[in-house]
Amino acid sequence: MAETNSLSLDLASHPDNVGLARLAVAALAAGAPFGVPDLEEIRVAVSEAVTNAVLHGYGGRRDGRVRVEASLSQDRLQVVVSDQGRGIEDVALARQAAGGDGERLGLGILFMETFMDHVVIESHPGQGTRVVMEKRLPVAALAPDGY
Amino acid sequence: MAISYRVEPHLLTVGLERDLDLASARDVRAALDTLLDRYPDRDVRLNLDQVSFLDSTGLGVVLGRYRRLAAAGRTLHLVGVRPAVAAVLTVAGVRQIMAWEPRVASEAREKGVVADGGDELA
Repeated sequence: MAETNSLSLDLASHPDNVGLARLAVAALAAGAPFGVPDLEEIRVAVSEAVTNAVLHGYGGRRDGRVRVEASLSQDRLQVVVSDQGRGIEDVALARQAAGGDGERLGLGILFMETFMDHVVIESHPGQGTRVVMEKRLPVAALAPDGY
Repeated sequence: MAISYRVEPHLLTVGLERDLDLASARDVRAALDTLLDRYPDRDVRLNLDQVSFLDSTGLGVVLGRYRRLAAAGRTLHLVGVRPAVAAVLTVAGVRQIMAWEPRVASEAREKGVVADGGDELA
């Protein structure tokens, strides 16, 4: 599907940039006929992915780089968040973690997977993490006029 | 810190007025803990009327305060919950451990209480 609009952000791993990233991606998504609840869900998912990069990728260090790429096509939004941090040892285990910081990571993954239609988390210890998320436009928004 | 509060004999009502995420978590956590310690033996009502965004980091602050209070036999009740925040609470299963009310219902009942009545916490 042809891309209709896109953005690319190269951010420092600073806590304030979590809000900046979700604001930018939600603004891009608002250019497509997503509903308000969809945009809110996109904001949460982006927040989670960038927070993971800052907290778990770089351990709270602010001098790492977090890359956010979002592209809008005619039927979906794709968001890719990547870092070169320490990586997540076991994504499946992280998903189930309870208590303390592990709980945040587990909930963050749950929110991304619940609020987006498709999520892939690739992580290699010592090499970083790449999260690819997609959200499809509502079917009604795709129907030609008159349907 | 955008936080206001009102103290009653058995209840501490706290209103938060900023998004709850990684950028605000540390300050909000510290401010809440200060109030919880300053007014012990009270149940706590957290007004999220002005909180338009909450993610897992923000939820961690809320759940952490819930656990602190529960350990001391105190309760935490959320009011003024906006739809976007409610979606996050629902997915996380918060309903099973903590009572919360949506924004519209609590607005009618609590009209003006926190926004007008609280003292600013420095």
